[in-house]
Amino acid sequence: MSDSSKLSITVRRSQLGQVRGLGAARGGVRHWWVQRLTAMALLPLTIWFVISVLGLLGAPQSAVAGFVAAPVNTVLLVALVAISLHHAEAGVQTVIEDYVHREGSRIASLLAVKALTLFLALVGIIAVLKLAFTAVH
Amino acid sequence: MIGRDSAGGLVRRPLSPHLQTYRWPVTMLSSILHRATGIALAAGCVLLVWWLVAAAGSPAYFAFVQGFLASWLGVLMLLGWVAALSYHVLNGIRHLVWDTARGFEKPGLNATSYAILGGTAALTLLVWVVGFAVWR
Ligand code: HEM
Repeated sequence: MSDSSKLSITVRRSQLGQVRGLGAARGGVRHWWVQRLTAMALLPLTIWFVISVLGLLGAPQSAVAGFVAAPVNTVLLVALVAISLHHAEAGVQTVIEDYVHREGSRIASLLAVKALTLFLALVGIIAVLKLAFTAVH
Repeated sequence: MIGRDSAGGLVRRPLSPHLQTYRWPVTMLSSILHRATGIALAAGCVLLVWWLVAAAGSPAYFAFVQGFLASWLGVLMLLGWVAALSYHVLNGIRHLVWDTARGFEKPGLNATSYAILGGTAALTLLVWVVGFAVWR
């Protein structure tokens, strides 16, 4: 141990390879964290949703509308739709980045997924809100 | 294959054998299934939104969508959705446990992979037995 001052190693890294911690924009783990947080939120939400839908199988439209319009269900459904599509968007982004290598196609498919998931989320939320604000109680 | 080392110089890299060369360990199946079920569930979001739109739409449109979901194709899609969700949730929980730096020993990995496959079958069956029992 006494001669440890003589030890040396050569680290061959480019300047780009030396980015540490969160990176220059402090955004290094952002995407990973979004995927985990939305997963944790979806765990109870999807279980609640499956159980609720089991109770609505074959039910008339009025029963479905009544279910959606109940305030607690309205909130949980909006959360389910928004968080599912956020999680799906982040997840599919990873898949595209893994398999689509041509820059142009990659950017195009990433933008298409963003647009599609945002659109679906808006449509779903507006459908829920429409039922919430028009259903006769 | 030609690649670059970390200093930017060109080096010749060895190519590893391609996928077909390997015997499939259960962990490989379990990993690719998380991706496959994730994509299936992403597609399933269309179904979810479509159902909500139907509920908010005219009686005729609701009947149309209800009819589709009760057709053999609709039932198959719902069955697939429940199976995909069961797998993805169970394996997703394992992912979250991994994130705490636990559960990476090889025997444990094989055991949890089989347990998740079994659990998926059990959960899917449970939801479907209940589903058909309460279907009006
Ligand atoms: C509507 C529901 C869901 C959809 C559409 C969905 C979709 C996806 C997709 C497309 C991916 C990317 C897969 C990949 O990179 O290979 C993914 C990853 C992931 N999902 Fe989900 N998922 C859903 C629900 C859940 C739930 C309830 C959990 C909770 C346990 C969960 C946990 C995860 C985790 C932890 C990852 C990251 C896996 C990794 O880093 O490799 N997901 N999901």
